[in-house]
Amino acid sequence: MTSTTAHIGLAKPPARGRVTQLRVARSEWTKLRSLRSTVYALIATAVLTIGFGLVGSAFTASGWSSMSAANKASFNPLNTSLLGVSLGVLAIGVLGVLIVTGEYSTGMVRSTFAAVPTRLPVLWAKAGVYFLVALAVAVPATLLAFFGGQALLSSEHLQISFAHAGVARAVFGAAGYLTLVGVIGLGLGSILRNTAAGIASLTALIFVIPPLIDILPSSLSDSIGPYLPSNAGEAMMRIGHQAHLLSPAAGLAVLAGYALATLTLGAILLLRRDV
Amino acid sequence: MIQVEGLTKRYGEKLAVDDLSFTVAPGKVTGFLGPNGSGKSTTMRLMLGLDAPSEGSATVNGKRYAEHADPLSEVGALLEAGAIHPGRSARNHLLALAQTQGIARSRVEELIDLVGLHEVAGERVGQFSLGMGQRLGVASALLGDPETLILDEPINGLDPDGIHWIRDLLRGLAGEGRTVLLSSHLMSEMALTADHLIIIGRGRLIRDVSFADFMSQSSPQAVRVRSPDAGELRLVLSPHAHVSTREPGVLEVQGMSSEEIGERAAESGLVLYELAPLQVSLEDAFMRLTRDEVEYTNSTPTGPAPIEPERIAA
Repeated sequence: MTSTTAHIGLAKPPARGRVTQLRVARSEWTKLRSLRSTVYALIATAVLTIGFGLVGSAFTASGWSSMSAANKASFNPLNTSLLGVSLGVLAIGVLGVLIVTGEYSTGMVRSTFAAVPTRLPVLWAKAGVYFLVALAVAVPATLLAFFGGQALLSSEHLQISFAHAGVARAVFGAAGYLTLVGVIGLGLGSILRNTAAGIASLTALIFVIPPLIDILPSSLSDSIGPYLPSNAGEAMMRIGHQAHLLSPAAGLAVLAGYALATLTLGAILLLRRDV
Repeated sequence: MIQVEGLTKRYGEKLAVDDLSFTVAPGKVTGFLGPNGSGKSTTMRLMLGLDAPSEGSATVNGKRYAEHADPLSEVGALLEAGAIHPGRSARNHLLALAQTQGIARSRVEELIDLVGLHEVAGERVGQFSLGMGQRLGVASALLGDPETLILDEPINGLDPDGIHWIRDLLRGLAGEGRTVLLSSHLMSEMALTADHLIIIGRGRLIRDVSFADFMSQSSPQAVRVRSPDAGELRLVLSPHAHVSTREPGVLEVQGMSSEEIGERAAESGLVLYELAPLQVSLEDAFMRLTRDEVEYTNSTPTGPAPIEPERIAA
């Protein structure tokens, strides 16, 4: 280790710069890309989304001749190729949680908010940067899942064309579903500040509550069900009229509403609570 | 300059900081001392706006910390060890902090060299020793070339070489006219480092005193005398000083210098085996000062804790 003199060794004093939203966003991008957990979770998202779509499509194609009439009737080439999205949302949502709670569990958050004491720019930067990163992963992942799946299904001439009405919208809708669940995870992390609680509540919201709602009397479940985040996301990635689902645009609006609501609550708590 | 006025922080029922007021002046190193749990870290978090005060205020150069547009250039902070994500490299940690206010990447490299982390800057911080973590903390504190430094236990975990290094660094920074506040629970860390002391216990201010004054006030100047004629010597000295018997053949004399005791003994023809000036160590003085505050938490409050008679200052 060096022993230096006290002089802090500057050729010239560094420029005194102000904290700006863009600079904080650049900082959050550095933070995001410099952790292995980010890379692993994004790879997991892509692998789950693409892998399950391909595996589902391959099984369907190979087992088509022996499949029951009922199964054949309910088959939908778009849905089969996007099978993995409902698992991909878990990985991308968990990363959203971790981006915030990882700072609280390690104490990094104190360095973060000492550098940006007004706090809110950090939350907006995290949400904005992660939105773009998640989108950059989700769009290629859903496209690969779709085209890969259709290629496998084409052996039995079961494929659907990307040009078919609504298909492109549904594939990008699936990417939007993944991306927005990522942001919802980030919002939940900001509210709860604890990794276990964040992941548990995300899992509950996406996987546990929907089947529970289904148990309710249909008069209730029909009116609540479509507004759950998982069903709102589902609505974005389907084509044709779907009973018990919102329209794709309404689904997007509801899911974006969840993302905004969690972020807003996270922002309010961020200003009120001690770090 | 840091100004703390009537600063109070409650966590539920617990009073962590209790009506603290003091000023940390530029141009010198101020030690912020107190036993563990006395409220030092909480006070520093309040200064940095990480926690909101229940009452009172803490300002840096006249403004609340959060009101400064370029906080890293205003105050450099080293927070309790662990305010760093262990999965990130030292370089990326510093870079992410620097980018929040557009500090150049070259400044990050400059500081990595300054704190001696050049060879490990690309490694994950989780692999670092406590001392290396502290050096990284110092680097992050200096990123914005701040006028004020707030360092929480910066010496904790450093090896002797590191302690020497940080002392030189802090003294140099204060010498350039900066405000330097560092906390510690060990008085020994303040010797040779601090010019001024702010001592707290249980969230309350106990002393706000220059280091020199603290030293002189807490040295009782007792002298230990061992003699085969202790009984007679006691009679000779008693009219002039406070004499107590610690053990057979050994006296502790307060109020006379070694020289005077030696001369009196010689006049009376008494033999001395040992004549040794005693100084209460700084650590002892600090412990005695804060003991009431610490013990209060463990016992029923029946008034100040008794002070051991043999340690009473003259």
